[in-house]
Amino acid sequence: MSVQPVKFYQVGSWAAGNRLLRPEDRSVQADPQRANSLTSGHRACQGCGEALGARYVLDTASRVTNGRIVAVNATGCLEVFSTPYPESAWRLAWLHSLFGNAAAVASGVAAALRVRGDRDTRVIAQAGDGGTVDIGLGCLSGMFERGDDVLFVCYDNEAYMNTGVQRSAATPPAARTTTTPVVGAVPGNRFGQGKDVPRIAMAHRIPYVATATVADLRDLEAKVAKAIGLRGARYLHVLVPCPLGWGTASGDTIRIARLATQCGLFPVYEAEDGTVTATTPIRRQVPVEEYLKAQARYAHLFAPEPRRDLIDAIQAMADHNIDEYKLLDGE
Amino acid sequence: MLRQIEGSRAVAEAVAACRPQVIPAYPISPQTHIVEALAELVSAGSLAPCEFLTAESEFGAMSVAIGASAAGARAYTATASQGLLFMVEALYNASGLGLPIVMTVANRAIGAPINIWNDQSDAMSQRDCGWIQLYARDNQHAADLHVLAFRLAEQLSLPVMVCMDGFVLTHAVERVDVPDQSTVDAFLPPFAPRQVLDPGDPVSIGAMVGPEAFTEVRYLAHLRNLDALERIPALAKEYGALAGREVPGLVTPYRMVDADIAVVALGSVLGTLADAVDSVRADGIRAGVLGITAYRPFPFEQVRQALRKVRRVVVLERAFAVGVGGIVSADVYSAIRTPLWTVVAGLGGRPVTAGSLRGMLREATTDRLKPLTFLDLDHDRVRRELRAVGGAR
Repeated sequence: MSVQPVKFYQVGSWAAGNRLLRPEDRSVQADPQRANSLTSGHRACQGCGEALGARYVLDTASRVTNGRIVAVNATGCLEVFSTPYPESAWRLAWLHSLFGNAAAVASGVAAALRVRGDRDTRVIAQAGDGGTVDIGLGCLSGMFERGDDVLFVCYDNEAYMNTGVQRSAATPPAARTTTTPVVGAVPGNRFGQGKDVPRIAMAHRIPYVATATVADLRDLEAKVAKAIGLRGARYLHVLVPCPLGWGTASGDTIRIARLATQCGLFPVYEAEDGTVTATTPIRRQVPVEEYLKAQARYAHLFAPEPRRDLIDAIQAMADHNIDEYKLLDGE
Repeated sequence: MLRQIEGSRAVAEAVAACRPQVIPAYPISPQTHIVEALAELVSAGSLAPCEFLTAESEFGAMSVAIGASAAGARAYTATASQGLLFMVEALYNASGLGLPIVMTVANRAIGAPINIWNDQSDAMSQRDCGWIQLYARDNQHAADLHVLAFRLAEQLSLPVMVCMDGFVLTHAVERVDVPDQSTVDAFLPPFAPRQVLDPGDPVSIGAMVGPEAFTEVRYLAHLRNLDALERIPALAKEYGALAGREVPGLVTPYRMVDADIAVVALGSVLGTLADAVDSVRADGIRAGVLGITAYRPFPFEQVRQALRKVRRVVVLERAFAVGVGGIVSADVYSAIRTPLWTVVAGLGGRPVTAGSLRGMLREATTDRLKPLTFLDLDHDRVRRELRAVGGAR
């Protein structure tokens, strides 16, 4: 008799399905009355992590606010696949202006709501990693510093996917993109110190900063609900795998996102007023190899010659995160 | 009430009387006095409810205005020069989305070399960004144009740029009848946006438009912009009647009735030109001036009518297109289709003196003016520089 691999939903109480929960504890998505803020029929790729993340973020915000939200969107995949004129997949008040100004536009919306005496409607700005960590960082920092009443959500898929997988400042070391090709002694993206925008956000001492992934959607929902309940500038950084850019199977998006957290490369935590207040512990640490091997953007680390040196360097980054955020201490 | 007042203060008070609701600002000379005055008024609570936001850049400031306007607030900002250029992407966005933002441009040169003084290179560089552009001839005109601009913008759902010469107007103290609250309230109704970001009635604003409809979108924007040519004279008349003075709308002719030679210009130089015209007329030169207030949309018909009897046309340019020559000249030429002279003058704050203008008029009348002339050009310096770099011309 062959051994059946254990399925995720069988591994223990933490993965309890909705059926076992009281109705009020169930996921927003389990509710037939969910807002469907980003409704079906849009043009995202199969397995798009960003589409999934955005739907959860906005449906949760919709539920918490009784539908009183305005979303401001940066240019990028999310904007392009959701609003090819004359269609729109948005079932909420939505504005797209430019690539680099989502935070500032959202500040303007929030100011307008205040002067019009609307205290109920909440403003969410959303952008990909390019629109957040690169071209949008100036406006984002201004929004943080002024303390404008905006929740900014970055859907990080670690490159400019909309324009065809070019490197961004959020692209991890050794990853292949079309502008960091696999040539030379250090193939793919360079090893550097990176640009850690959640930490940059924390340095502004805004009331709330959190990271999340589409692997743990309940956690994402909880963080959105918490963030929406606060006032001032808030920041949520969501890891959203991109099957096209990462070279992964469409059905693997959730698994890849989970591996990113389980290996330590993507620490999941919350910070209030500039201090980390909670981390999601790694229950079962996996070597980074397991995460890297699943993605074609890292294929050059394993063939034709295994690049142990580079894999070790990436493992060191994961170990550093585990150490810094004490990700194994929860077990 | 007539007051001796700085141009920037007069404009700030006129803007304040228009009851703006969101004012994002980023400092750049020579616009700063306007937003400083508004910051003071907002802080004092005399504009409530109104939010004053200090943006992290001009790009951010215009973006805040975009968000505020789309969410139904009357939005205003001011900038100049490099700041206007740093906003460019957002300028096209504001007009494309049809957001009735009003902005003052305190006209200033563009570097390099860095230069904080007045010319109109900044606004001229953005003549095609889809905004309506109005140019003030003096500070009374500047104050009045802002009131008109809000009403025009909101009628057409288009952004309006009110251009006033930096320093020459913004920092000049002169007699201005600052629009009072009751006059402005009678003229300018509360902002009723064409569409608004409202969770109760959600719309998607800023969709992606492909080849199948983009041309039509642009054409419709053109028609909407042209609508201003009908609206501006009517609004100027209506507002002028309320304010009890004449408010120049599309164009302002001066001694054009019997003119042989006309000088076309925009902005504060119109006053000096009128002086120069008066004095050369004493010498028997029948000169006149055609001031253009509405530069975008361009009032082709009014320009054609005003210039139909003159024999010579000189266009005085406070900016120019490197590699081409005149900017306004091209528009005037396409209105009248007869040869004209382009005179580039007053770049980077060089004074345009009545004396130079008189000389220019005399040369033009006797056909000694070159088709493209740079007024008061220091030919010696140019020759020295050309020799130093081995220049061909």
